[in-house]
Amino acid sequence: MPLLDVRDVTVEFPTRRGVLRALDKVSFSIESGEILGVVGESGAGKSLTGAAIIGLLERPGRIAGGEIRLNGERIDTLAAEPLRRIRGRRIGMIFQDPLTTLNPLYTIGRQLTETMQTHDRLSDADARRKAIGWLDRVGIPAAAQRIDAYPHEFSGGQRQRVVIALALCAEPALIVADEPTTALDVSVQAQIITLLKDLTRDQGTAVMLITHDMGVIAETAGRVAVMYAGRIAEIGPVADVIRHPAHPYTAGLMASIPSLEHRVPRLRQIDGAMPRLDALPTGCRFHPRCPKVFARCRDEQPDLLTAGATRAACWLHADG
Amino acid sequence: MFGFIASRLLQAIPVLLVVGFIAFALFAYVGDPVNMLLGQDHTEAQRLALVRQLGLDQPFFVQYGRFLCAALHGDFGISYRLAQPVGALLAERLPATLELAVTASVLAFAIGVPMGVYTGIHRDTLVSRLFMTGSLVGVSLPTFLLGILLILVFSVWLGWLPSFGRGPVVHIGRWWTTGFASWAAIRCLILPAITLGLFQMTLIMRLVRAEMLEVLRADYIKFARARGLTRRSIDFGHALKNTLVPVITIIGLQFGGIVAFSLVTETVFQWPGMGLLLVQSVAAADIPVLSAYLLLIALVFVLINLAVDLLYYAVDPRLRSRR
Ligand SMILES: Nc1ncnc2c1ncn2[C@@H]1O[C@H](COP(=O)(O)OP(=O)(O)OP(=O)(O)O)[C@@H](O)[C@H]1O
Ligand SMILES: [Mg+2]
Repeated sequence: MPLLDVRDVTVEFPTRRGVLRALDKVSFSIESGEILGVVGESGAGKSLTGAAIIGLLERPGRIAGGEIRLNGERIDTLAAEPLRRIRGRRIGMIFQDPLTTLNPLYTIGRQLTETMQTHDRLSDADARRKAIGWLDRVGIPAAAQRIDAYPHEFSGGQRQRVVIALALCAEPALIVADEPTTALDVSVQAQIITLLKDLTRDQGTAVMLITHDMGVIAETAGRVAVMYAGRIAEIGPVADVIRHPAHPYTAGLMASIPSLEHRVPRLRQIDGAMPRLDALPTGCRFHPRCPKVFARCRDEQPDLLTAGATRAACWLHADG
Repeated sequence: MFGFIASRLLQAIPVLLVVGFIAFALFAYVGDPVNMLLGQDHTEAQRLALVRQLGLDQPFFVQYGRFLCAALHGDFGISYRLAQPVGALLAERLPATLELAVTASVLAFAIGVPMGVYTGIHRDTLVSRLFMTGSLVGVSLPTFLLGILLILVFSVWLGWLPSFGRGPVVHIGRWWTTGFASWAAIRCLILPAITLGLFQMTLIMRLVRAEMLEVLRADYIKFARARGLTRRSIDFGHALKNTLVPVITIIGLQFGGIVAFSLVTETVFQWPGMGLLLVQSVAAADIPVLSAYLLLIALVFVLINLAVDLLYYAVDPRLRSRR
């Protein structure tokens, strides 16, 4: 049984001009201890997938179909209170911008102890001791002194370390990391990724790592899911997806990322932009931009099909 | 910390000097104190003697300096209307106004903040809509009308609460009188405090609500939710605390306004405070009282600003470390 199992999850936003379907039958799973990378253009639905998993979709967004299971237990239908007890304790989340994700008016020590004491019975002294331990583990120097400092007294990279400590301190089995380094200085990005990777490996924590950086995925993740216009276009082991992309969109995406370490044969850049949710094309959502489009693509929407070592939502692989 | 207070007080000095100048100008040039004091029948010699006695023959800045010096010692001259020292007159009225203003503000804060938090969190419930509609009434109902309505209902019809005066007060020390010592006096305080505080309460509620809506969208609130913190801790801790800085500002300014302009409420309820004194003094063109009142109110505003700054300082660590 996988740690996390996402089955045909559909997320909708009711608006005045009709219902927008922002996620359409998204399916994937994460094994415990595994790092799954998630990539895709801006607006593809990566953050929404993370929010749906942790139960923090913003109104009026809602899960309109499918199911999400954690260790086999449905979590998408839970009431508010049991869901709250899962957040932080069993599924953690790391946000993009460490400058805005810490409460400016509380010391970092208080934010850590409150999080741990919310989920576990801990005396104040024990919580404080554990908080110092966490700060130490994420690489805050002189943790015992710094614990009573406020967020603004730390640099951006240090704050993201604190955020990681906060996300991990109640020892969840899964972390959703939504672009954890995008807002950081280039010089500290690698450190933060390394830290995240080492800590989660030591704890056996699984990670859903959302990023735009294929280089990061290549170095950290075991598998990668490529999202396009609210659907998963391709999912499979990182090396295979990079070397032999089965979906034309993946191929184009690889070509358009210059910082890629694993060189792939340079493909022609894909023209056009991702369609808006209220103007989705018929058939495959990628077909208007696809260099390999053929008749079936315009009429029928492909589900994930086995394509060599990966699975791709593309009619090119209709015959296996 | 100490340096912060000292620098704030230093900054207040020019403000007080300017207000003092206006008060002095009012004192010296509006009306003719000599005529006021001597009345119609007097000789030229009497007049000159009085002019010299009052120091009105001195150069302008000497007079200003003397005025300030006297004011610092609590000497604001003699009321034309009541023929009593103005300082003592104001000191006698100040506790009544301050107690009324503080009670009204505490009520407004204690009720307005929870209502604001509630309507901010539960935007679309029936109760929220009722509060919001009710607050429109509170904001738009003129104070005197509200006071008269309350008197009509609670004093005339129901006979529960007294309609005027301050009731039996108790002296504390030389300068202070309090109405909190007896139930009879507290009953007198209820209607005026509601009248004076309702507007402020609705204002605080709407402000807290608007700030809550803003803060609840912040990333640190999302992160707090993602860590599984309880709603209670998020709503009344993390979120509310972040709304406090603007709320403190408004409450501070409003409190100054309440002290300065409690005159309508005090008139309606015949409350023996400074507002009532002010109304009576304006009617009688009692210039010494008016100029002293002006100075006193300026001082109140300066002190409130200082208090507001100190509260910022207590709430927001970012301000603390900047110094
Ligand atoms: N409140 C909302 N109402 C309507 N549509 C929404 C709302 N929130 C998100 N969406 C839509 O959902 C889609 C997916 O958004 P999402 O934030 O998941 O993108 P993303 O892949 O994380 O992009 P980025 O890389 O920019 O973070 C977008 O097209 C967006 O317009
Ligand atoms: Mg996103």
